Amino acid sequence: MIVAERKTIPEIVDILKGHKNILVLGCGTCVTVCLAGGEREVSIMASALRIASRAQNLGFKVSELTIERQCDNIFIEQAAEAIEKADAVLSLGCGAGVQAIAERFAKKPVYAGLNTKFLGILEERGTWTEKCAQCGECVLAEYGGICPVTRCAKHLLNGPCGGSREDRCEVNPDRACAWQLIYKRLKDIGQLDRLEKISAPKKWGTSLSGGPRVIVREDHRI
Amino acid sequence: MNSNNKEITVVAFCCLYCAYAAADLAGSMRIQYPANVRIVRTPCTGRLEVEFFLKAFESGADGVLVAGCEEGSCHFKEGNLVAKRRVNYARKYLQESGLEPERLRMVNVSSAMARQLTDHIKDMVETVRKLGPSPLNKAKRRQQQEIKS
Ligand code: SF4
Ligand code: SF4
Repeated sequence: MIVAERKTIPEIVDILKGHKNILVLGCGTCVTVCLAGGEREVSIMASALRIASRAQNLGFKVSELTIERQCDNIFIEQAAEAIEKADAVLSLGCGAGVQAIAERFAKKPVYAGLNTKFLGILEERGTWTEKCAQCGECVLAEYGGICPVTRCAKHLLNGPCGGSREDRCEVNPDRACAWQLIYKRLKDIGQLDRLEKISAPKKWGTSLSGGPRVIVREDHRI
Repeated sequence: MNSNNKEITVVAFCCLYCAYAAADLAGSMRIQYPANVRIVRTPCTGRLEVEFFLKAFESGADGVLVAGCEEGSCHFKEGNLVAKRRVNYARKYLQESGLEPERLRMVNVSSAMARQLTDHIKDMVETVRKLGPSPLNKAKRRQQQEIKS
C-alpha cells in the first residue's frame, strides 16, 4: 500500500491561510490503513484546524468528508457537492489522490495535507516499512523476493558492499542489510546458485527517471 | 465555589474501574475538590480517542484530565497504556495548534485512592488556572462579561 504521513498543523495553516471554508477530504483506502488520511485522521485534523483557527484568529470554517478512494473519478463524484461549497480542499489522500481531485475541479484550490512517503507494508503495529521503489522492471525473482533496489541503501544488485556489521546495514544500523536477508532467503529456498549470475546494470528508463509512466491496456479501452 | 474558580473548566475523563469509583469514594469521605471539574465516566481510558480530547477543547474545556488505573492494573489489561500514548499524541496536536500541551494530562489512580485523585484534580485545576482560560474561550468569555456588565 501507499504509506503517507501528515504534515504539521503550522505547515498546513501556512498553506491554507487566506481561505475561509475549508473541506478536509479523507480517503478510505491506503492512507486509512496507514493511519494518515482516513475518517479518523480527518476528524482529528479538522478538530486541530478549528482549534488553531480559534486560537490564532484565522477565520477558518472547517468541514470534513471521507470518500472511498480519491484517485478514482467514480468516488470523487460523491464529494462533488462538498467540494463545490468549499473555498479550498485539504486532501488527506496520497499525492495521486490530491492530483485527481485537482484535475476534476479545475477552479478549486486543492492542497496536500500529507507527505506521501513510499510503497510499503505494515511491519508491526504502528510501524510501516518501505518495500518497493516501483522501478518498473521487477527483479524480485532473482533475489529470493527481497528487493535490493529498495532495501539496500546503495541499490546494489551484485552482492553486498562489504560494510555490513553483523546483519546491519552500514548506512543505517537500524536497518537490516538487504544482502544478508537475500543470502539467507536464497539459502532457505535452495537457490543460492542464483547469486553466481552477474546482473547487468539496471535500466532506469523504466523507473521515474524516464518521466511519469503510463500503462495502456488496449483490451480495456473503449 | 468562588468566582475565581468559575473562570476555568476542566473535563476529567474517569475510568469506571478506578478514577470514577475513587471520585465516588471521595464523595462518601466528604473530600472536597474544585467545582471546576466536570467528570465524564468512561468504560476504560483505552476507549478514549485522540479526537475526544480535541473535541473537549473545541467544546470549551480549558483543561482535560484523563484518569485511568495504575499501570499494570487496567481492567482490560492495557487500556491505560494505550490512553497514555494517545494523550501524548494529542498533546503534540495541541501544541502545533497553539494550545499549551499542559492543558491535557493523564494520571493513574486506583479505586481506593480518593485523596490522591482529588489532589490530582486540584493540581490540574491549579495548572490550568495559571495558564489562564483556553485561548479558544477568551473571546467568548469577554463577550459574556460585556453583556453582564
Ligand atoms: S525490483 Fe523494482 S518493482 Fe520489484 S520490488 Fe524492487 S523496486 Fe519494486
Ligand atoms: S550494508 Fe548491506 S544494505 Fe547496507 S549498503 Fe551495504 S549491502 Fe546494502
